[in-house]
Amino acid sequence: MKALALIVLVLAAGGPASLPDVEDEVMCVQCKTALNVSTSAVADQERAFIRRQIALGKDKRQVKAALVDEFGPGVLALPEEKGFNLAAYLVPIALALIALAGLIVAARRWRRRPSVAATAPGPLADDDARRLDAELAAYDRR
Amino acid sequence: MRFRASWAVTLAAALLVGLLAYGVASKRADTSIDDAIASGKRVAAPTATLPLLGRAGEGSLADYKGKVVVLNFWASWCRPCIEELPLLERTHRAISGRNALVLGANYQDVSTSALGFVRRFKLTYPSLRDRDGRFADHYGSRAFPETFVVDRRGRIAARRRGPVDQRWLDRTLPPLLREKA
Repeated sequence: MKALALIVLVLAAGGPASLPDVEDEVMCVQCKTALNVSTSAVADQERAFIRRQIALGKDKRQVKAALVDEFGPGVLALPEEKGFNLAAYLVPIALALIALAGLIVAARRWRRRPSVAATAPGPLADDDARRLDAELAAYDRR
Repeated sequence: MRFRASWAVTLAAALLVGLLAYGVASKRADTSIDDAIASGKRVAAPTATLPLLGRAGEGSLADYKGKVVVLNFWASWCRPCIEELPLLERTHRAISGRNALVLGANYQDVSTSALGFVRRFKLTYPSLRDRDGRFADHYGSRAFPETFVVDRRGRIAARRRGPVDQRWLDRTLPPLLREKA
């Protein structure tokens, strides 16, 4: 039981971080692009900072916390879930819900629409009725 | 029913467009300081309480009201910023006896790297840490270094977007140093 708890603790803490593992989740603070595709002097400095943190034995979560401490929350590629940043998470959900509601409304309307077969035919015009009678009489004579 | 649905769709579309417009507008650099200076006006210098570089505690431009402040945005990753540090230190030493100072604002930098340059050039003037760049945003900063001269009443009297030189400092500072609070 103790061994299991130890394994869970180790997994929860996460292993030692690696540069590629961290740099695709943080931004180059000056160039405003993901760090793993940035080649500026600022990006190089950020990478050196991450390497130093990894050398100190920090895991990914701790390295990211150190980056936030140094550069502020804007260094994270995914914004924090508060304030205006919530829009990044809520707008796609809201759009999906609106689209779903639209589909449901459209499906209900489509199901309620009366079918062509169920529509009762209107009375024939006098000319048509006479022509029909004549056709039927001709058919009976055959 | 159809009328209500069309209203909901219009409202949702308007909200989305508004959100997009806000996002675009909020990313645009603020030019109000440049516009004011170009028309000969002085605008209140934005202030913020920020951590001090290499020292405990926090500081603000507002702490220096009554003094002429040469506010310099710099970073250790910016070569032109580093090149002008010795000139700024000389300026600080020259004006500090006249109720004036140079105040650094270290922009989105690794503090150990910035402190390395503070020691290398034996900088004696204080620097604030603008770690997320929001303080610089209030000044409409786009490229570094940038320097703003704040008068004794806390208003921006001059700005230089790019490196400063002795001539610009000689032309800008003396009249401001003569002004009273």
